[in-house]
Amino acid sequence: MSTNSQKYRNSFLKEVEANVEEGEWVKMCMQCGVCAGSCPLGKHWDHPPQEIFMMIRAGKRDEVLTSDSMWMCTSCYNCIARCPRGLPITHIMHGLAVYSKRLGLMPDNQPTAEFGQIFWDNLMKKGRVNELKMGLSMYFKDGFSQGIKNAMANQKLGQNMMKAKRMNAMEIMGGHGVKSPGDLAKIIKKAQEIEDGNIQDFS
Amino acid sequence: MTEVIATNETILVVGGGISGMTAALEAAETGKKVVLVEKRPYVGGRVTQLYKYFPKLCHPTCGLEINQRRAKMNPNLTIITMAEVTDIKGEAGNYTATVKIAPRYINDNCTGCGDCGKAVEAEFDDEYNYGMGKRKGAYLPHRMAMPQQYVIDPAIIGTDDAQKAKDVCKVNAVDLDMQEETIEFNAGAVVWATGWQPYDANKIQPYGYDRFENVITSVEFERLADPTGPTGGKILRPSDGKEVKNVAFIQCAGSRDKNHLLHCSRICCMASLKQCTYPADDVDISVYYIDIRAIDRFEDFYQKVKAQENVSFIKSKVASIVKGEDDSPVLHGVDTEGYNRYANQHDLVVLAVGMEPSVDKESFPVDIVINEEGFIEPASENGGIFAAGCSSDALDVNRAVQHATGAALRAVQVINRVAGTEG
Repeated sequence: MSTNSQKYRNSFLKEVEANVEEGEWVKMCMQCGVCAGSCPLGKHWDHPPQEIFMMIRAGKRDEVLTSDSMWMCTSCYNCIARCPRGLPITHIMHGLAVYSKRLGLMPDNQPTAEFGQIFWDNLMKKGRVNELKMGLSMYFKDGFSQGIKNAMANQKLGQNMMKAKRMNAMEIMGGHGVKSPGDLAKIIKKAQEIEDGNIQDFS
Repeated sequence: MTEVIATNETILVVGGGISGMTAALEAAETGKKVVLVEKRPYVGGRVTQLYKYFPKLCHPTCGLEINQRRAKMNPNLTIITMAEVTDIKGEAGNYTATVKIAPRYINDNCTGCGDCGKAVEAEFDDEYNYGMGKRKGAYLPHRMAMPQQYVIDPAIIGTDDAQKAKDVCKVNAVDLDMQEETIEFNAGAVVWATGWQPYDANKIQPYGYDRFENVITSVEFERLADPTGPTGGKILRPSDGKEVKNVAFIQCAGSRDKNHLLHCSRICCMASLKQCTYPADDVDISVYYIDIRAIDRFEDFYQKVKAQENVSFIKSKVASIVKGEDDSPVLHGVDTEGYNRYANQHDLVVLAVGMEPSVDKESFPVDIVINEEGFIEPASENGGIFAAGCSSDALDVNRAVQHATGAALRAVQVINRVAGTEG
């Protein structure tokens, strides 16, 4: 087989169906474009969902998996509500984002990805989200002086959250958690093992 | 009292549109007795409301005239208008139908002279023109209505207007004491031809049919183009009556959509292509589509419309419509040929609405197998009841007529069996 025909005969659609959550829906897209037109952030995407689906079918693996686009989804669900074929577009976008992260192909310094990582690390410590530490991690993610600036800018918000008992200053001392963080860690480890086992190799 | 002479060798046809008329005439012309029951005050159905047919762009009035003549010539056919079948009991070869007949307040003396229409003052939204324009409280539903008899709107009964209609009538055709009646009669087989209705465009929320005057449906556009329609054939904007210089068609408005109609309505692509030929050459036309479904010989028609210099095709399902300057709708979406985001303003937007079965799945008066889309399945459990035309699927006139002819044959076969056992 010549290199040229190999370029087009790749198995990226099959890879997405096997390894991306809800990926088996991709081939159902009829390219009507309602998702792209209904997305409130659509104009900020390099490739709207409709185009992503077409790129997957065209085998544009690198362009899709290194794209910033699926990280732009804010889960408003407008696309799912309107898709005439009922594709779970929001979930596919999240699935693609997770898969690109698993492969280490996601763009550097992607803010949604950074937030996701901080949220996960925070949650895994005690099995519950520590709002105070979560906020601080976000503020200081770009260095100490930027962190101070962020904290000052959001001072009022922080105070109001404390007044409304949505945040507790005492959480800085360790904070609340689940009864048995060790058991939770075991559950997560098992789940990750199952997930890893399900990933098929297409290389 | 309406007299119907019927036996279990009679075929009952429910619905007098193009399919019901065809089935009734084909069966009657084989020598069978046929009773045709129609809800509207006239036969011909939605075909009478079309300006032109695709692909030949001829006028439906022509074929309608032939069918009306066939109906008048045939002694085997009884037509009951303003009537609805409320119940059918029994089995193939032996049904009893219950039919409710609404009062017309006009008897068979009517010559269609129009004096009552002139005398009456009250006006109502004209259902024949989908509520665009008005008709009188005493009216002939449309120019070619069969029977060619006036109808008195029940809303004016008991008013001076009704009395005026009675007083002015020279042939004693106005009968203000007419009552609703319910009759029962026998039938050996039933052809169910209740047809379709345009999908309710209000349900397609992002298109704002309920909010924007200059967003209309394809069936309304058909009336605007018709010289006998509310604008005398001029395509004018509902908001200000200005001539339309820039019109957009949105395909699959309600069809092929999990949130609306699951099925492809089959006719809308060709209907919009046909409607592209209605405006003058200097009117810009845009067709927004997912894919154009112009099957077999219709492809030629598609190519012809594509060659029109004033028509452009945009491969995109419009995502939403907002109101722009001067009440002009602005269409938002992303196209599939380059993924370009657009916001295009048009004078008038026509929603190519889908075909929905006109009888709701839940309220069928007979025991019959209905599919997911609300159409009647050709199932053996249906016994001697056969769907014809758009009761069975979304069909164009050509295919509906073919289907109705087939349904008539199935009904005739049942009657022949009955006649055989009895004879």
